[in-house]
Amino acid sequence: MFAELRFLIQLGHAHHIARRYFVTNGFDGALTMLGLTMGFYASGGVATPVAISACLGAAVALGMSGLASAYMSEAAEREKELRELEQALVGDLEATAHARAARLIPLIIAAVNGFAPLLMALLIMLPLWLSEAGVPLPLAPLPSAIAIAFLVLFLLGVFLGTVSGRSWLWSGLRMLTIALLTAGLILWLES
Amino acid sequence: MSSVKRIVLDVLKPLTPNALEFASAIAERHPGCRVTVTVSEVDAKTETTLVTVEGDAIVYDDIVAAISSLGASVHSIDAVEVSSMANPEG
Repeated sequence: MFAELRFLIQLGHAHHIARRYFVTNGFDGALTMLGLTMGFYASGGVATPVAISACLGAAVALGMSGLASAYMSEAAEREKELRELEQALVGDLEATAHARAARLIPLIIAAVNGFAPLLMALLIMLPLWLSEAGVPLPLAPLPSAIAIAFLVLFLLGVFLGTVSGRSWLWSGLRMLTIALLTAGLILWLES
Repeated sequence: MSSVKRIVLDVLKPLTPNALEFASAIAERHPGCRVTVTVSEVDAKTETTLVTVEGDAIVYDDIVAAISSLGASVHSIDAVEVSSMANPEG
């Protein structure tokens, strides 16, 4: 079962695509949360339950968007590739590993694409929940969430640096710079 | 009673799985067999290969089923080696 799954993932190059989707949509999720929390902060702050509700709504929407968009686009692409391969081989591939991979891989990629922004968003929201639960934080809830967003984006950059084999520090700092520019832009627009 | 010891098949396969993965997948489904895949021609989406399977008692239909499940098709049997067991009654 596990060997079959690994074979199908390898056959469809799903690990490369899933990794790309994880970073792309994870970045979207983290930056959206940074935008929301910066917006709340720049407007003078809101009650933590309001911030939690808004962030949770955005997180669920990002997750659903990632899930649905990746499934629909990947399923269509895989179906097209399967039909082209059938034409090249002059045969029906429905009972083959290729057809199973064409059905399974969109599900895996959709799960990764939906899970990545949700995970990033939930991590960034963690200080808001902790504050509501009465856990003392070193900073106020919103600045804590913003700090976590910077950290998450830096770590995404580190992950990309590790994948590319280049400097993880440089890659992390580059991502952090994008986050800082975004935060600066929001502050400037709100001022 | 005879058994197939070696069979060489002309197989048209998709580019993925590659020759190594293709040979490994066939071998995994037929423990004790030795599988050799030689690529003879490469096209945009397919490649023509010679698949050689060696073993003590190869079941042709099982080999074809394994090849088909990987999206490939057998075009012809190019060589075969069959041996018969000696009759104990002489």
